[in-house]
Amino acid sequence: MKTINKIAIFIASLALLASCGPGKEKKGNSGALSGNAAEKVYVAPGEHDEYYAFMSGGYSGNLTVYGLPSGRMLKEIPVFSQFPTSGYGYSEETKPMMNTSFGFVPWDDAHHPDISQTNGEIDGRWIFINGNNTPRIARINLATFETEEIIEVPNSAGNHSSSFITENTEYVVAGTRFSVPIPQKDMPIADYKANFKGSLSFISVDPEHGHMDIKFQLMMPGFNYDLSHPGRDKSHGWFFFTTYNTEEANSLMEVNSSQNDKDFIAAVNWKVIEEYVNNGGGTMMPAEYAHNVYDESTHTATSTMKKEVLTVDPLKVPGAVYFLPTPKSPHGCDVDPTGQYIIGNGKLSADLTIHSFDKMIAAIEGKKFDGEAYGIPILKFEEILAGTVKSGGLGPLHTEFDGEGNAYTTFFISSEVVKWKLGTWEVIDRKPTYYSVGHLMIPGGNSRKPFGKYVVALNKITKDRYLPTGPEMEHSAQIYDISGEKMELLYDFPTHGEPHYAAGCPADLLKKNSKKIYRLDENKHPYAIMKPSEAKVTRDGNEVHIYMSTIRSHFTPDNIEGIKVGDKVYFHITNHEQDFDVPHGFSMIGQGTSELLVMPGQTKTSLWEPKKVGVWPFYCTDFCSALHQEMQGYVRVSPANSSIPLSWSLDGE
Amino acid sequence: MKSNINSKLTIIFLATLFFISCGNENAGTTDSVSDNGIVETHSKGQADVVDETSDPNILQVAIGSKDHSTLVAAVQAAGIEHVLTNVGPLTVFAPNNAAFDALPEGTVDNLLKPENKADLANVLTMHAAPGSFDLDALKKEARKGRKIYTATGDYFEVKVEGDDVFVGGAKILGTIPTSNGIIHVVESILSKSEN
Repeated sequence: MKTINKIAIFIASLALLASCGPGKEKKGNSGALSGNAAEKVYVAPGEHDEYYAFMSGGYSGNLTVYGLPSGRMLKEIPVFSQFPTSGYGYSEETKPMMNTSFGFVPWDDAHHPDISQTNGEIDGRWIFINGNNTPRIARINLATFETEEIIEVPNSAGNHSSSFITENTEYVVAGTRFSVPIPQKDMPIADYKANFKGSLSFISVDPEHGHMDIKFQLMMPGFNYDLSHPGRDKSHGWFFFTTYNTEEANSLMEVNSSQNDKDFIAAVNWKVIEEYVNNGGGTMMPAEYAHNVYDESTHTATSTMKKEVLTVDPLKVPGAVYFLPTPKSPHGCDVDPTGQYIIGNGKLSADLTIHSFDKMIAAIEGKKFDGEAYGIPILKFEEILAGTVKSGGLGPLHTEFDGEGNAYTTFFISSEVVKWKLGTWEVIDRKPTYYSVGHLMIPGGNSRKPFGKYVVALNKITKDRYLPTGPEMEHSAQIYDISGEKMELLYDFPTHGEPHYAAGCPADLLKKNSKKIYRLDENKHPYAIMKPSEAKVTRDGNEVHIYMSTIRSHFTPDNIEGIKVGDKVYFHITNHEQDFDVPHGFSMIGQGTSELLVMPGQTKTSLWEPKKVGVWPFYCTDFCSALHQEMQGYVRVSPANSSIPLSWSLDGE
Repeated sequence: MKSNINSKLTIIFLATLFFISCGNENAGTTDSVSDNGIVETHSKGQADVVDETSDPNILQVAIGSKDHSTLVAAVQAAGIEHVLTNVGPLTVFAPNNAAFDALPEGTVDNLLKPENKADLANVLTMHAAPGSFDLDALKKEARKGRKIYTATGDYFEVKVEGDDVFVGGAKILGTIPTSNGIIHVVESILSKSEN
């Protein structure tokens, strides 16, 4: 009995030592339960996470913000999709953000976020993300966490090899996945081969305001351009795009696009093309694409339809484009932090192919070509190959880096993350994911300066990971500690929509800049009122404008009469609060739109077209204060031919 | 059996050590171990939120006012700082130092004693009305014969005499809008009206 007690004391002492030792490195593979995984992801109440993670929402069209290592979701930022939570895409001010050459498109498929960079390091000013379906690129301000700009990409279809940032945010790059007739025309689908084109768009980013403008589009052969990454450091000035369907098939692609043993990585020297364009090169062609910009001072977006785009024929710019043969329909295209290695993950292969940037330059200079495709030189595979990772896994997709000379690659079919060493190509560790991982993310892991503490695996299949919620489930993610030799699975959490890629950064990079309120005295909205006493209602024909204010806990005015059936009633609501986290909401009974959530100092507008005579209430949708339930009002709606004059009041005055 | 108990105590002791040593590693928390070995986390409140962007709230304005040092000391003694930073909205009738000085000798000192914390909190919250009543709104209350009710459920009469406004018999000396409500500086403690 005594012996047992002594053992118990000894074990308790050991536990004490093990769990509190500073900076310990967990060796071995003993599993999360026997280690201190719980402690590593535990963020105490009131404490903040160490990293931000921005996960694309996939078919939600939005971007979700998480804290790492806790996996707590902090916010969903509406980008391409209407979002009733805030009224984004429903308010009159934000409807223009959804404008495209196809009209109002209130949804997209958001794939690959990337944070702006300076000198190859993430700088935390903006995050960009692509809309895959109706080709668009969005820019989100990381002080307000609001979508500020969306530019449509013409001559593109399936905007997938996007949105990746060059190392001084000179360009955000958008390659087309589907090749199409350029310009679009009525023609037989079977005539695809040699007639369709694939465009790679280089969109310049204004260094001060971040405003985007398509600098040029490179018109490439009609392959599928899958993913891309910029060169870094020594390879800065180049951009690398994986291709598949170099067969140029147009039907049953799963078979017909997998015929060639090798497809290509297209290496594009954008600096050479930039110089060519700056010297007057390229051909301006008619096009139609929307450019939507949200102005923070007016709290309003405007949409401009652009009419032309500059195109570049790669054959006219010597030294601009080369093809690097890469086995088995490569998917991910990743460049290590030094810029030396270009990694192509052949998704139908077991191996990873790594090209050497130095060897590529030498092969170009030595003209080590293996023929050409549509006039573009193909470099000899063995001349540029740096090495092959014999992983033993199946279905490699994407690679990120820890800045310590290691790379981490996901394998979809074998459901695992494999850690391997750059240069020696040896596999160091492998850990299962649950299940069928797509992208992975290390904060800063595609930049010159990764923060190699955690990797997050973003899975495609969830099945039994969480409490069942019927046939449709959120996707699963796992976070691993990668600070030691071996990866350690720490935690598992669901993610919203379908996260494809993600981007992360240290919390301190954004925390101090995050905006708390909008200043009312800086509000330049044309329908804003600066004082409740300026509240008024005006009529112009059947258009009625209500200049309304909110402050705890009432609307001014809250009684309105003289509205008629058939009117178009615009509620312009200015939130007069100047206090952190005190929004007011607005909704009107029977209104064919969402509520609005108006942040302090902001003005938003809601359109209501009353169809029925009566006295109709509106109310604040946000539990704003202790007197929130009192925050309501009435609108009297009279018949269309009524002669009741417009009037408005608060407390009878 | 005796030694068994001792061993259990030792294990508990070791476990406690574990909590203490790990707690200390977490900067910014205020964990402590009470006599019974249970770890207590003293949660922070809204008064601790760091925010230099928003307009100042009621508590911040009061702290910044030299004429309200007694009131602020009383608020802190009563532990109601978080109430005055809450989203409210609140209209606070804030007696200045002279108002407290005018009370019978020993009243304030007595209220500030720890055992009278509840009474003190009651006196203070009697000076806070739910809602935002600026001076015009108070005049309207007087005109319409409506009484102001405060957080304690007490009702106070509003009177206008010439340019002066009185609430619960206390004259308003000045009005300061804040981010979470309105402060009216009053020259005396409010006195309840009937009903």
